Amino acid sequence: MRGAWLNAVVVRTALGLAFLLPMPVVADSVLEDKVQRVAGELRCLVCQNDTIAASQAPLAVDLRNQVRRLLAQGQSEAQVLEYMTQRYGDFVRYRPPLKPSTWPLWFMPVVLLLLAGLGWWRFTRARPTGAQS
Amino acid sequence: MTQGPKRLGPWLALAVFALLSVALALGLKLNPREVPSPLLGKPLPSFTLPALGAASAPVSSQQWRGQWWVLNVWASWCTPCAVEHPVLLQLAQSQRVTLVGLNYKDASPAAQTWLAQRGNPYQTVWVDTQGSVGLDLGVYGVPETYIIDPQGRVRHKHTGAVTPQWVQSTLLPLLETSRG
Repeated sequence: MRGAWLNAVVVRTALGLAFLLPMPVVADSVLEDKVQRVAGELRCLVCQNDTIAASQAPLAVDLRNQVRRLLAQGQSEAQVLEYMTQRYGDFVRYRPPLKPSTWPLWFMPVVLLLLAGLGWWRFTRARPTGAQS
Repeated sequence: MTQGPKRLGPWLALAVFALLSVALALGLKLNPREVPSPLLGKPLPSFTLPALGAASAPVSSQQWRGQWWVLNVWASWCTPCAVEHPVLLQLAQSQRVTLVGLNYKDASPAAQTWLAQRGNPYQTVWVDTQGSVGLDLGVYGVPETYIIDPQGRVRHKHTGAVTPQWVQSTLLPLLETSRG
């Protein structure tokens, strides 16, 4: 639940940024929408905090073109993501897949927050008693 | 009961602080550019590309099957490539392993001039003008260096300029493993 909500925020932000950028005028807007959607899911490995939709690095341009080429060939969006993951690894996914090796990545913030909350709760609860005695 | 947690509290805080410090210190040492290659342990994608200079037949990546070889992705426009070049020249001179170059998104005349000026450590240089083989290999920053075993599997990938230390502590030990 939490993850899904977080996903939505991250994706929307990434897509929002993607649409801000000037894009070449193209005839096939359906294809281009798909390209933008997939590109917004892929990390640019040169400028690691950008998606390849948001980056103007030469590698990002190459990868966008490759995404367009594959989609134009009729591959599905999932297939294109898989194609990129095979070549660049999980790191290329802007939303890392949930699997044992990425558990710390996904759950550490929640665990830390819970621990901090617990600590805070104990602290605020212990103080009045300490002050009284 | 109030005494217990009160005494434990500072120590607990210290422990958490120490743990965080260690974690952050380790994090600082990590190089974010070193992204693990999904190719590790897997066969190098098969490809055939024309060789630089020679108008001869294209060269297949299966050419060096049965021996260890090193694939170095480089370009004449790439500054760190010039930095690592002496290391590659020395490696070629030592004849420990076959060096093959992949000239990535470069202009062939510029690449040839570059090699003529600095020396050519490569047995063969592939020309990948469009960077399409680079894409199959997952190249994202030149130079990149791959160590390939006799079975054609990628055993190691290094991003960025290689150093004499990399040759000593990574490449040579790997070559030794096959001999033993």
